[in-house]
Amino acid sequence: MFSHSVGITQKQFFTFAEEQPMQLDSGETLGPVTLAYETYGRLNADRSNAILICHALSGDSHVAGYYTPQDTAPGWWDDCVGPGKAFDTDKYFVICANVIGGCAGSTGPGSINMRTGRPYGLEFPVITIGDIVRTQVYLIDALGIDKLLAVVGGSMGGMQALQWAAAYPERVCACLPIATTARHSPMLIAFSEVGRQAIYADPNWNGGDYYDNLHPNAGLAVARMVGHITYLSEQSMHHKFGRRLQDRERYGYDFQTDFAIESYLRHKGNRFTERFDANSYLYITKALDYFDLANGAHSLAAAFAKSTGLLYLVISFTSDWLYPTYHSKELVSCLTSAGADVTYVNIQSSWGHDAFLLEVDTMTGLLTNFLGRVVEHFHVALPPPPTPEELAATVIPVDAPRDANQADMTA
Amino acid sequence: MTDNTLRPDLKAVANLIQKSESVLDLGCGDGALLRYLADALGVTGRGVELTEEGVLACVRRGVSVRQGDLHEGLGDYPNGSFDTVILSYTIPYLNDPAFVVREMLRVGRRAIVSFPNWGHWHCRLSFLITGRSPITPGLPQPWDTSPRARPLTLRDFEEFCTRDGFRITHRVYLRDSHPLRPGPGAHLRTATAIYELK
Repeated sequence: MFSHSVGITQKQFFTFAEEQPMQLDSGETLGPVTLAYETYGRLNADRSNAILICHALSGDSHVAGYYTPQDTAPGWWDDCVGPGKAFDTDKYFVICANVIGGCAGSTGPGSINMRTGRPYGLEFPVITIGDIVRTQVYLIDALGIDKLLAVVGGSMGGMQALQWAAAYPERVCACLPIATTARHSPMLIAFSEVGRQAIYADPNWNGGDYYDNLHPNAGLAVARMVGHITYLSEQSMHHKFGRRLQDRERYGYDFQTDFAIESYLRHKGNRFTERFDANSYLYITKALDYFDLANGAHSLAAAFAKSTGLLYLVISFTSDWLYPTYHSKELVSCLTSAGADVTYVNIQSSWGHDAFLLEVDTMTGLLTNFLGRVVEHFHVALPPPPTPEELAATVIPVDAPRDANQADMTA
Repeated sequence: MTDNTLRPDLKAVANLIQKSESVLDLGCGDGALLRYLADALGVTGRGVELTEEGVLACVRRGVSVRQGDLHEGLGDYPNGSFDTVILSYTIPYLNDPAFVVREMLRVGRRAIVSFPNWGHWHCRLSFLITGRSPITPGLPQPWDTSPRARPLTLRDFEEFCTRDGFRITHRVYLRDSHPLRPGPGAHLRTATAIYELK
């Protein structure tokens, strides 16, 4: 079960901004802040082989491996993170943290507000991608890492990667934004809003103050159904579902489930409510909608003016209509005018936006080779192959931020 | 990659490049030239390539490549941002060669264009005798294959340059891998021509 996998992993927690709350883009503050995170692989001697993976809207820190031997499914990018995989954990130290505003261990609207003793709800401040990345910088500092080898992400993860490159260019060697955009388009904002409105329309919504009662899960499920449609492509929907009926042999002439696609969406929507918090959906989609790298700079190219020393790998997928190819082309264009070294591939795929998780073979070759180039370009000395003892020890505890250099590398 | 494994026409282009130049290779295929230039001459190279297959091969070679269509132009590249812009074996596939060459000369201090010579005496004779469109070794495609190509002769190209104001500053005529001395009859015996433009 665990061959070619990172094996058993553990979610860890890092808390900061306890004395001094964190300043947010909105002008509000937030503190204390906890990040749930996971790491895979080992740091090399000068901590220069770390890759930060940023997750997408509904993702979390559990990128790869299994929490327990009984887990039926591994982390969300297990196909690409592990020994000998695209993000080879024999070579790289891979990190992923749950975003703030989320609900998988990091501080979010469902977390207890220290001042009131109750969950934040909508008293949680509105956060931005900039704020999310700011918290990640705290974590990277605490892990004693001066410069990340790479920051990578798909979709919302790609936006975080771009934010890292634009705002912290001296902390990153390479930026790999996948199936993403430098700013949310009106269509994307529209889809976010439909999802939010579905949640507000749920009878259990109660202004976000629902933690003691029933959650607005019907609304959240609808929001997720809309999301799933946007992640597929017409072609993949024809291929997976067609007009096939789910359980019946003929139309029921009622409003129960007729078609396979209906059943799929209902199932996905309901499953989502088991693990995701409706308020988090609001905060995260808001952060997505606010994201605009050109905001504050006088053009998108200007946003990258200080970030031309990085190597970039931009990837888009031909059938992705949620973050269509033109978003990536615009990004590549701006990076090129700024003088940056950009590699760009528009991968032929029929899977739609989901392709970034599904086109594993093509992505593996591409990522492996590109990261090899980054290692060579920045003269990074990779660690030797892991010993059996090291393979067992993948947990790296984090000290308080100022004691970063004493972080213990062995379990 | 040693120069023994580089295609002869690419090797001839490489011979025109100085150490540590910055080079943009348009239609860079699998990145073999850029890889060679980086290894042998410390060149900083960038490629533009249309096909996914080519782009992935470039990345395998550690070459910086951007998937793109030359017909969209080079608008993102600032003026004079490269020492040399190369267009090898690609001009027969362009819808608007003048536009692309003009862009090359805006973006680079000089342009290097190479193509197989349709005016080679084999081609002329073949056309005369068989009545079929001749096929050059460098462009071995029947007329109806995709992508469609418009082969050209050395005279075609030189007149094109005069007409559109591109100054030819250097010529290399190759027969197989060997350079020919320019002179009478060179146009008939040249298999691949390489022109430097400014």
